[in-house]
Parts: sequence; C-alpha cells; structure tokens
Amino acid sequence: MRPWTFISDHRGEILSATLEHFTLVVIAMAIAILIGVPLGMFIVQRPTLRTMALGIASIFQTIPSLALFGFLIPIPFIGGIGKRTAIVALVLYALLPILRNTYVGLTGIDPAVLESAEAMGMTRSQILFRVRLPLALAVILAGIRTATIITIGVATIAAAIGAGGLGTFIFRGVALVSDALILAGAIPAALLAILADVLLGLLERRLRIS
Amino acid sequence: MNTKLASISENLIEFRDVAYHINDIPARMIVSEISLRIPPGETLVLLGRSGSGKTTLLKLINGMLLPPKGVVFVQNCPTTEWDPIRLRRGIGYVIQEAGLFPHFTVAENVALVPTLENWDAPRTAARVHEMLHLVGLDPRDFAHRLPRELSGGQRQRVGVARALASDPPILLMDEPFGALDPVTRAELQREFSALVRRLGKTIVFVTHDLREALLLASRIVLLQAGRIVASATPQEFLRLDHAEVRAFTSSLSVSPGALA
Repeated sequence: MRPWTFISDHRGEILSATLEHFTLVVIAMAIAILIGVPLGMFIVQRPTLRTMALGIASIFQTIPSLALFGFLIPIPFIGGIGKRTAIVALVLYALLPILRNTYVGLTGIDPAVLESAEAMGMTRSQILFRVRLPLALAVILAGIRTATIITIGVATIAAAIGAGGLGTFIFRGVALVSDALILAGAIPAALLAILADVLLGLLERRLRIS
Repeated sequence: MNTKLASISENLIEFRDVAYHINDIPARMIVSEISLRIPPGETLVLLGRSGSGKTTLLKLINGMLLPPKGVVFVQNCPTTEWDPIRLRRGIGYVIQEAGLFPHFTVAENVALVPTLENWDAPRTAARVHEMLHLVGLDPRDFAHRLPRELSGGQRQRVGVARALASDPPILLMDEPFGALDPVTRAELQREFSALVRRLGKTIVFVTHDLREALLLASRIVLLQAGRIVASATPQEFLRLDHAEVRAFTSSLSVSPGALA
C-alpha cells in the first residue's frame, strides 16, 4: 500500500493519535517545568543539593527510554500499564534540560549586574525575581525547547506500555513490516517536533536580551 | 537618613584598625591596620595599584564585606549592626561596567532605589527626569532606551544617575571611568568633579589613575599591599617623600624619549 493513500484514508485515526500524543507531551512538560524551574532556582545557592539534583537528573537521561518504561511498570502507584507511567517517564527525561538551563541561566549573569543589584540594597529574593529570573528566561526557555523535542520523540516509545499516541502506528508498522504504518506515526511526530522547535525558538528570540 | 546624619558626629565613615582576609586565613591578608576617618562632604580617593585592597575597603563600607577584625562605622553604627539592606539603600554605588540592568530601560534603571523604597509614581518620575538632566542626558531622548542602545560614556552617566536617585549621603565609586576611552573619560571626569562640588556628597572613589585622583580628590589615600602608606591633599601629595608616591608621580610624566 502506498503511504500517502494510507495516510489520507486513515486521517481521522492519525489525527486523534496526534492529539493524544500532544496531550501526553503537554502534561509531561507542564509537570517537568513545575518541578524543574523551582528546583533550579532552589539549587542556585546550595552546592551540595545542586550536585545531587543534576547528577540524578543526568542518570535518568542515560537510561534507554524503553528500559525506563520497563522499569516503571512494576512500581506501585506511579507504575503499571498506561498513560500515567508514560507521563512519569517523560517527566524524568524532560527534567535535566530544564533543571540545567534554569541553573545555568540564573548563574550565568554578568557579575557587574549582580554586584550592583546587591550594592543598591536589593534583597536576595528581589535579586532572584527582578534580576536573575527575567535575565535567565531565554536560557530557561531554551531548556524547555530541548526538553519538548526530546519528549515528543520519547513519547512515541510510550506506546509500548499502552500509553497510546503516534507510537501505536510505528510499533504496529514494525510488527507488520509496513512502511505506510510507520510513516503514519513518524511523519506527524516529526512535524510536531519541528513545530514545537520553531514556535518555542521564536518565543526564545523575543525574550533574549542583548 | 539625612536627618539622622545631621544630628551626629563629624565622621560619616570610620575605619578603626580594620583587617580583612580571605576565608579565615589570616596569612592571606587583603587589607590590614586600616584606620581612616571620612567627614561629611569629603571626596576621598583611594589610590593604589591593582590588588592593593582599594575595592575591599569600598565593600567594607556598604557591608558587602564584614571585617573579621576591627570595626567599620557608618553614621556612628558598626556595619555589623546595620541591616545590610537599609545601609546599602543609603549609599550610592557606581562600578566600572556600570552594572545597569540590561532588561530595564534607562528610566527604570535610574528609578531602581526609589522603586524599592516604594516612592509614588509621580515623585519617582520627577526624580528620574531630574537625575537624567543632572548627568547631561535628555530624558526625552534617553529615558526609554535600553542600556545596550547607549555608548559606554552614556551608560556610565546612567550609572551615576541611578546611584544618586534616592539622594544618599554617601557615594561609593569603583573606577567608574576606567573602561572609557581617554577623551570620554576626561569629559566625564570634568563634569563629575563639577557635580561633586555642587552636590556636597561624601564620596569614596577608587582609582589607579593619579591624574583622576588629583582632579577629583579633597584627600588622597594611597594604598600599598593592603596598607595605607600616605594620606594627603592633592597639593601635599605630590610633594610627599615615599617610594610608592614617587612611583605614581613618575607615571604622570612622559619622557620625551618615549615618544620618539
């Protein structure tokens, strides 16, 4: 079967799988941002915790995604088959780029700016929220962009543990040796990643100062 | 801050046998045996080579560093007993790279301390306007620009305006004109010295440039390896008989041979 005919014949299914995929990514990213950004802010002044947090986040990144999904299945509460487990794994993958860029963004600020902020009598939290955070925003967003692209890719593998999404077509295509089925999952996933990259890239450029 | 100032002694800032060293290692002394009195209205220039401890003394005044030995008094209160935030809001601070906030406009940068002190909007706006005029920048032209849209000299002017915005009695300046080209530097030095005379602030000014010290100072304090080796008015300073003073005065003259 020619891929294009297949795709146009099944566009309803593909669209709903894309939507499912997108939802998975958005939920995972929202959780990862809610954990990663505050944690990154918290570790700026705490070297021991910083080493631990960045170390643990790095370890998750080195685990092959299929293995991570497998590891999570037997774990009570967060594990099992389905979307919840997939989201946990996606959050663990997305955490490192967000955490690292938050930390790097907050610490990579011109020392003269921080020195004068301190000397003008700003409190530590004023410096964090009015100086460090606004100046770090573009770098943090770059981390979110990287994490989003990783998550869109890894989410295709989540289909292996029953989370649905575009990976369903890919796994089925591999099993049936059907290029058309594989492409029906791969093309929308690639388009999603490109779209996320472009849109977040635009936002990042708008936030970048000097 | 100003009323408190008027009621008390003649010394606005006083160092009493102060030493400062890194990480509790007394052997790594940055400054030692510093005793210094700075009366209101004085423009004290701390002169010295790189690493002589000038900036350390400056940071001991606004409590960015606290002395492990001795006491630094600001308005008769040791810096260790001041609330550091209150202390710093009463002391203007200008550094070499100006340290303007790149995400704030010129007006927002100048309004920093008034905003932190919760001044109302009209009062802040009027003050920003006044300060920009004071440093020779037309508010209509500059108020809405970002620091990256300014030249080095203009940035430094904004830095001075920001430091003066809340009308602090004390101004600390750490080589504020050091990174400018010679022509702009001379221009700013001349304007600043006129400004200083008009405002009557107490200024502690760090530099390694004797010419600048002679132009601005009411008193020059020479530092060498963390110790005060000379303290004199500009007129007296040139006549002092000290090796480090001669090292600085000889840097003023250019021998004709060097130009050949």
